Amino acid sequence: MAKIKNMIAIYTLWVREIKKYFRSKSRIIGSLGQPILFLVALGFGLGPIFKAAGQGDYIQFLVPGIISMSILFLAIFSGISVIWDRQFGFLKETLVAPVPRWQIMLGRTLGGATVALLQGVIVFLISFLAGFKLQSFGLLALAFVFMFLIALLFTALGTGIASILEDMHGFQLIMNFLVMPIFFLSGALFPLKGLPKVLETIVRFDPLAYGVDGLRGTLGGVAQFGLFNDFAILSIIVVILISLGSYLFSKIQV
Amino acid sequence: MSENIIEIKNLTKKFKDFMAVDSITFNVKKGEIFAFLGPNGAGKTTTIKMLTTLANPTSGDILINGYDPTKQQKEARASFGIVFQDPSLDDDLTAYENLNLHGMLYGVKIKDRRERIKQLMSFVELWDRKDDLVKHFSGGMKRRLEIARGFLHHPKVLFLDEPTIGLDPQTRNHIWTYLKKMNKEEGTTVFLTTHYMEEADKVSDRIAIIDHGKIVAQGTSEELKASTKTNSLEDAFLALTGKAIREETVKNQAMSGRARAWRR
Repeated sequence: MAKIKNMIAIYTLWVREIKKYFRSKSRIIGSLGQPILFLVALGFGLGPIFKAAGQGDYIQFLVPGIISMSILFLAIFSGISVIWDRQFGFLKETLVAPVPRWQIMLGRTLGGATVALLQGVIVFLISFLAGFKLQSFGLLALAFVFMFLIALLFTALGTGIASILEDMHGFQLIMNFLVMPIFFLSGALFPLKGLPKVLETIVRFDPLAYGVDGLRGTLGGVAQFGLFNDFAILSIIVVILISLGSYLFSKIQV
Repeated sequence: MSENIIEIKNLTKKFKDFMAVDSITFNVKKGEIFAFLGPNGAGKTTTIKMLTTLANPTSGDILINGYDPTKQQKEARASFGIVFQDPSLDDDLTAYENLNLHGMLYGVKIKDRRERIKQLMSFVELWDRKDDLVKHFSGGMKRRLEIARGFLHHPKVLFLDEPTIGLDPQTRNHIWTYLKKMNKEEGTTVFLTTHYMEEADKVSDRIAIIDHGKIVAQGTSEELKASTKTNSLEDAFLALTGKAIREETVKNQAMSGRARAWRR
């Protein structure tokens, strides 16, 4: 009985995120702009050089990175929406509800992650228009698992950060000093082989690197770290960030 | 002796260098309409936040419906409904969805939820707008919807923090009518703050006045007038709290300004 009630709170907030996503057409289309631009400009722009360097088809290489990018941005954004809810007041409505705060956090995070996953799938489908070819269908299900892990990880991170921030003033800071480095140092755009030692070390601490790697491995490329390692590391970070995020969320006072 | 639904003893909230609420003690009786009055920055909102689990007291005891909101959060939260000073609806959802979400979070069973939402939305005269997005609602409509939402889960106490602020006289009149009616019919205790002394005088059974974080007087409107030898609650209020204008120290004021700037 108590169990069912728990599920309802989580489910309620999950549905809210999904509804809001489908109602905001401009957000869906708007957040497709960047990945498409990257795909076209970098994919076709750097393609010939990539090929000349003997690395093969750049689009094939790039697509998992671009999917990861679009999931990263939307997931962080979904998490950060806690700040919007705080400013527009809705957050208080959920904070006084007779439901443990971690359930509120989990519902929001699952909802945000689902939305980010949907966005990743849309980008994945668009990439076929840019000439992406799926090498094998066998690992496709696993590819979606990796997409969802990336989505969960960064939604939880965004929620945790937003729980500490009081307003949107810190947003630029987070974008420029956290999200952008996470993206550019993840190997989304370039191969991780033969990097300078310092950079290679930094990449190892970038959670998105394992997401990109796992996605690349399952979408027909080569997984540098190994699929199992990618999966294990991502899962562990997801658990840590959801726990930490729930903790920070439960400490919110308004 | 009627039973107390809210008991507050030596409640204190201290921010770094500022005593927001300074050892206040008072009770609210079951079924009454209780007005909590005070100038801006006196500590009203901070008190409500502590009563409703949104802020932790520095010290002191609170009991709501017999539960301690710092320890028995879930039970305390299920006991009250609240209409905040600032809007707290989700603008991107419809009026019905907002209430439904609330009912689900509060564990109201689906059948009861449907009936109750229809009953309350008809009561605040919004049933014909149930499928409209809340962002298309006026301030008064949002307020009425929030009041309906506050009653949805059959709370024992409804907190209202300046529920009529910025609304036209018609809407204000309606809101007080709703509250009195629900108070009478369902026996819901109402705890409210307002700056409109006439309204407080008209609706409330008992009044407490807070200033600089301290309770300076409490009793019925008649008692307050008699003790200050004044003819209106407004004069009694001014006699008790002085005529100096107060600084707004509440950080929410700045927050809501920024919120507007970020609105897309």
